[in-house]
Amino acid sequence: MPTPPPLPSDGAPAPMPAPQPAPALSAAPSAAPAAPAAPAAGGRPIVELRGVSLVYPTADRPVTALSDVALTIAKGDFVSLIGPSGCGKTTLLRVIADLERPTAGHIAVEGMTPEQARLKRLYGYVFQAPALYPWRTVERNVMLPLEIMGLPAAERRTRAREQLERVGLSGFERKFPWQLSGGMQQRVSIARALALQPDLLLMDEPFGALDEITRDHLNLHLTQLWRATGKTCVFVTHSIAEAVFLSTRIVVMSPRPGRILDVIDCDLPRERTLDIRETPAFAAIAHRVRQGLKEGHSYDD
Amino acid sequence: MSDAYGTSLRTAADWGLVLLAAIALAALALPLGARDGAPVGWFAEPLAPLFLAGVVLAVVGGRTAPSPRKGAWVELAAVALAWLLPMHLMDRGIDLSAGWGLWLFLVAATLLLWRVLGVLAALPGWTRSVLVPGLFGLGLLAGWEVLVRGFGVPAILLPAPSRIAAALAANAPVLWDDFRQTVLTSVVRGYLMGCGAGFAVAILADRVPFLARGLLPLGNLASAIPVVGVAPIMVMWFGFDWPSKAAVIVVMTFFPMLINTLAGLGSAERIQLDLMRCYAAGYGRTLVKLRLPNALPFLFNGLKINSTLALIGAIVAEFFGTPVVGMGFRISTEVARMNLDIVWATIAVAALTGSGFYGGLALLERLTTGWHPSMRGR
Ligand SMILES: Nc1ncnc2c1ncn2[C@@H]1O[C@H](COP(=O)(O)OP(=O)(O)OP(=O)(O)O)[C@@H](O)[C@H]1O
Ligand SMILES: [Mg+2]
Repeated sequence: MPTPPPLPSDGAPAPMPAPQPAPALSAAPSAAPAAPAAPAAGGRPIVELRGVSLVYPTADRPVTALSDVALTIAKGDFVSLIGPSGCGKTTLLRVIADLERPTAGHIAVEGMTPEQARLKRLYGYVFQAPALYPWRTVERNVMLPLEIMGLPAAERRTRAREQLERVGLSGFERKFPWQLSGGMQQRVSIARALALQPDLLLMDEPFGALDEITRDHLNLHLTQLWRATGKTCVFVTHSIAEAVFLSTRIVVMSPRPGRILDVIDCDLPRERTLDIRETPAFAAIAHRVRQGLKEGHSYDD
Repeated sequence: MSDAYGTSLRTAADWGLVLLAAIALAALALPLGARDGAPVGWFAEPLAPLFLAGVVLAVVGGRTAPSPRKGAWVELAAVALAWLLPMHLMDRGIDLSAGWGLWLFLVAATLLLWRVLGVLAALPGWTRSVLVPGLFGLGLLAGWEVLVRGFGVPAILLPAPSRIAAALAANAPVLWDDFRQTVLTSVVRGYLMGCGAGFAVAILADRVPFLARGLLPLGNLASAIPVVGVAPIMVMWFGFDWPSKAAVIVVMTFFPMLINTLAGLGSAERIQLDLMRCYAAGYGRTLVKLRLPNALPFLFNGLKINSTLALIGAIVAEFFGTPVVGMGFRISTEVARMNLDIVWATIAVAALTGSGFYGGLALLERLTTGWHPSMRGR
């Protein structure tokens, strides 16, 4: 797998990536014209769900978190899951990651059962909370999965440094998680997932705790990373703009029971800058997503 | 801003000083003590006025020092000098029990110490963490010494610290043998066995859930068993020497360690466990990389509780049979022979050992679990 060239990082111990809007950032992509390993959309399916349902057995009455979900994610896709709180986005991600077993339906990851895929460490997972281990420094937190994989120490260190730089946290290696702000902790957890260099990235609201500027910045990083490496991403978000900016396809979900309302193709060019958010095409897709979300809500009333 | 605060503090402190001076002046009018039934005044003793002058000079020096911090050090010298006066008078054979002037003077000195400790406790670093508790303890010892000797409390009820120290020095070889027998042999072995077994069984019970379910109620039962009941049985089973003491300690320490370890192992959060699952980490890896580090605060809790329990267990167990050495044996025989000095010396050794043991563990805890919220920023 080709390692991506280091992306523009805002450099050393600034607590937040320096908010440098349009000019500097929009210059970066044009320097790397053709995206190398990005396959055409509609490649080989990497995640397939058919008729997947999941019922949590709780004390009073069972909760149907997913009901008859069907979804196919192709290699190189960037799929966003969007929907109101409690509609089963996290649950869907956990089913793909084999952290939850569906009560009905079929699911395959890279043609295997989710358990086999998990045991082969085929995916990286960014949780909704940072989930850092407080007794480990930032760097050793990022090295944790590599330790478990049994990589040699030198390789662990270079990979951790590389990923921390990518999320703009070089200079914080020796800090402990509780010495960092919430947003910085979440960036560490992203670096930790990236350090595994997985082909499939599952991200549960990774930027939910960040401010608008940092969020834009990391969105840009993420879309460049995705384009440069051809990773497949499944991304949970509450932000329509974020979903449209990042995705090739947007899955709109609705609650009670959690199901898929609509899958919207997001056929903007693969190469994206923040300016794209001002275009009419972007606005049109965002409008469709908003309509879809409204439909889900009217069901509630 | 800090200036205003400092000024108001010093102004308030001045009123305290006026109170102190008033008490000291009242003390001057009353006798220091009595010799052969006749009261002795402040100026009947050749050195007493010198002590008084020294104290006054030191207090004045403290008030005029360039900073409250330097002033506190000088005032500390005044306190020390004031507390040396009764020692000197007792050496001169003066009966202090009727010396109300002296006692009042010492009350003023204690209030001054209070003020000094208040200033020192606000300073960061070792002054606050070591010096203040040390001075506090020293003050208590001085008060104990002067009160016991001044009022002539019989040594059989409560000997003065100096007498206990003398007994310690005079019986050092015997006490060292006792220490070796009780602490270095029985306690250390019993503690290691009890804590080790509790830890090992907890790991096992964590894998085999019915073990935990069966053992935990037993733990409640075991914690209610009195040592005095177990000790004679263990002496019958294992004989007079250290194994019976170690057995008592194992009985006392096993369950606290087991329960704490189990609680610690169960304290990992779901999301942290999910992370390990994502990495396809097995039981062993999850244990070593996540659950044990996470359990450390709980483990230390068990170890600290057990350090006290082990010492008590060994000493009490020795009451029920031992070779003619050991701290418990020493206490029981010397009480019978009314040699209370040695009993108190043994108690002092036990207290020092216990706090040293506990303190060592607390220090180790701080070094290894500095990440834990309860330890941060200390
Ligand atoms: N472990 C669980 N046990 C019982 N019910 C659960 C559990 N986890 C989730 N649920 C329920 O399943 C439903 C879907 O939860 P899920 O966490 O997937 O929502 P979400 O879409 O991720 O919401 P949010 O946007 O707030 O994160 C909710 O109604 C929730 O109450
Ligand atoms: Mg969620």
